[in-house]
Amino acid sequence: MLKKIIKRILISIPVLIGVVLVIFIMLRIVPGNPIVTMLGEHVNQQTIDKLTVEMGLDQPAYVQFFKYVWNALHGDFGTSYRMNRSVTQMIMDAFPYTVKLSILAALISWTIGVVAGVVAAIRQNRILDRLFMGTALLGVSMPIFMAALLLQYVFAYKLQLFPISGYEGFSALILPAIALGWNSAGSIARMTRSNLVEVMQDDFIRTARAKGRTEAGVIVFHALKNALLPVVTMMAIQISSMLSGAVLTESVFGIPGIGRLAVNAIENRDMPLLQGTVLFTTVLIIIGNLVADILYSVLDPRIREVK
Amino acid sequence: MAENVLEIRHLKTQFFTRKGVLPAVDDVSIEVPAGKIVGLVGESGCGKSMTAMSVMGLLRHPGKVVAGEILLCGRDITHLSPRELAKIRGSEMSMIFQEPMTSLNPVTIVGKQVEETILLHEKCSRAEAKKRVIQIFQEVGIPEAEKRYNAYPHQLSGGLRQRVMIAMAMVCRPKLLIADEPTTALDVTIEAQILELFKKLRDEIGTSIILITHNMGVVAEVCDYVYVMYTGQVMEQAETFELFANTRHPYTKGLLRSIPKLDEKTDRLYTIKGVVPNLLHLPAGCNFSTRCGECMERCGKEQPPLYEVSPGHKVRCFLCQGACGTAAPEPETLRAAETGKEGV
Repeated sequence: MLKKIIKRILISIPVLIGVVLVIFIMLRIVPGNPIVTMLGEHVNQQTIDKLTVEMGLDQPAYVQFFKYVWNALHGDFGTSYRMNRSVTQMIMDAFPYTVKLSILAALISWTIGVVAGVVAAIRQNRILDRLFMGTALLGVSMPIFMAALLLQYVFAYKLQLFPISGYEGFSALILPAIALGWNSAGSIARMTRSNLVEVMQDDFIRTARAKGRTEAGVIVFHALKNALLPVVTMMAIQISSMLSGAVLTESVFGIPGIGRLAVNAIENRDMPLLQGTVLFTTVLIIIGNLVADILYSVLDPRIREVK
Repeated sequence: MAENVLEIRHLKTQFFTRKGVLPAVDDVSIEVPAGKIVGLVGESGCGKSMTAMSVMGLLRHPGKVVAGEILLCGRDITHLSPRELAKIRGSEMSMIFQEPMTSLNPVTIVGKQVEETILLHEKCSRAEAKKRVIQIFQEVGIPEAEKRYNAYPHQLSGGLRQRVMIAMAMVCRPKLLIADEPTTALDVTIEAQILELFKKLRDEIGTSIILITHNMGVVAEVCDYVYVMYTGQVMEQAETFELFANTRHPYTKGLLRSIPKLDEKTDRLYTIKGVVPNLLHLPAGCNFSTRCGECMERCGKEQPPLYEVSPGHKVRCFLCQGACGTAAPEPETLRAAETGKEGV
C-alpha cells in the first residue's frame, strides 16, 4: 500500500516538471516587454536595460528556467512586477479566502448532490427523480458565471439578503459558495443516482434482502458504500479544482482569492505572479488526483491488492 | 407424512409488463415436509426461481403474487408487511443464489456479512456473533475459518463463496432453505461437496430444503420429492424414486432422455424439440402441446388438470386420465387452471 503511494508520488514529479516547462515557455512566447509593462510606456532605454540585467532577463532562457525551478523548490516564486511584492506571500495571503470558499462550496454541493442523488435513485422514474435530475442537468450545464450573476441579482440585489460583492465575513461567502458548488452538486447528484440505481440491481443486494435487511437497511448498509466509491474519487478531484481558484466566481463576487489573483496577473501582464499562481494550482490539482487515487484504493478492497 | 414446513397453495405470480401480463407462476401448489429436500426442476424460464422469489417475498416490480397462499409452518405469509417479511427472511427462511461470485458484497469482509444476519435477527453481542460465524464456517466446511472471517469475497474461490452463502443462510438455523441453482456455477467436484453439505444440513439440523435445479442428476442425488415445472406450471410431481421409476409426463420423459448415458453410443444427443413458448403467447390448450410427441387433438384445446396416478404422484397430462381411473382431478385445481387461462 505504502509502496503504491510512493510510486504514485514519484510519477507526479515528471508531470510537475513538464507543467513548469510549458508555463515557462508560453509566458516567454507572449509578446511584450515585461519591463515596459511594469514601468509604463514612457521610460527611457537606459532604465529598461538596467532593470533587464537586474532581473536576469538578459540571460539565456534555460538559465532563467533552472533559476526559476531552483527558487521555486525553495518556496520562492519571484517578485511580482506590478506590486513589487513576493509572489509566494501574495499567494499565501489569497489562499485562505479560496480555502474557505472551496470548503463551504464543497460542503453545500456534496450534501445536496448526494442527498438528491440517493432520493432520485430510490424514487427512480417518479416525479422527485425527474425534478432532481432536471435541476441537476441545469446545474451541470449552466456556466458558473451565469449562475453567479443570477444569484447575485436575485439574492443580493433584489432581496438584499447577502452582500453583492467583496469579502466582509461569512455571509459574503454563501452566494459565491453556492455558485461555485452549483456544477459539482449537479454532477455529484447525477453520478450518485446512476451508480446507486446500478448497484441496486446487483446480486449482493438481493442477498442483503434475503438475509432480512429492510429496504432502507439495504441501501444504507450495502448499496451506498458501493455506489459512493467513484463519487468520493470525483469529490477529491472537485475540491482540488475548487481550491485552485474559482476564477469566475471570485471575480464576479470580488473575493480576494487565488482565482482573482490569477485574473489580475493576466490583466497586468504580471509574469511572475501568473507563473506562481498557475504552478501553485497545478500542484493542488496533482495532489487532488493523488488523494483521489489513494482514497479509492483505501476504500475499495479489490483495487487495494492490485500491485 | 410429517408436518409441512412450507405449503404453497395455488400460487399465482404475474409480471405486469407493457406487452402484457406474464404468468410466471401459474397455479402452483408445493408441499415441503419437515427435514426433506424438495427439488424444483425445469428449463430456464419455467418459473422455478419465481416461485422461490414469491415465497421469500423478494419479487421486484413489476412482479406480483396475485393469488394463492404461502404457509410457512402453518402461518400465512402471503400478506405480511415488508417489515414483517424482513424479520422472517434470514431467520425462519433463507435463500442462496446461483451466482456465488456476485452474491456477496464486494467491499465488506465475508465474516461481517454473515455476522450481520445474526445481529439482524438475534440479540447477541458482537464477540459472541463472531464466535458463531467462525463456528458455522467450520460446519459448512470452510478451512481456516478464523482467517477466512477477514477475507473479502474476491479473495475466495467460487466454492468457498458458495459455502459462505450457505453459512449466511444457515447461521440462524432456518426451518426452510431455498437454494436456487446453487451448484450451476461450480465445477462437478465442488458441486458434489456442496450437495453432500445439503444432505448434512438436512440430517443434522433438520432444515427443509427447496433445491432449484435443471440437472436431473442432482435431483436423483439429493432430493426426496421432485416437482417438474414448465411454463410456470407443475407438470409432474412425485417422490424421487417414483418419478424416476414411473415417469408419466412426456415432458419429464424428455428431460430424462436428454441426459446422455455413458453406456450408449449415439451420434446426436437427444433434445426436446422446439423451444419454451413465450409466456405471453402460450398455446391454447396444454402448455406443452406444441413440443409434445404424444400430443392429441384434445391437448390443443383444453388445459389438462393434475391427475393423481398413484398416492403423491400427480401428472398434468390427459394421457393419465385413464390411468388414474376413478381418481377425478381436484375440482379446485381445475377451476383455478381455467380461470387463470382466461385471465391471461
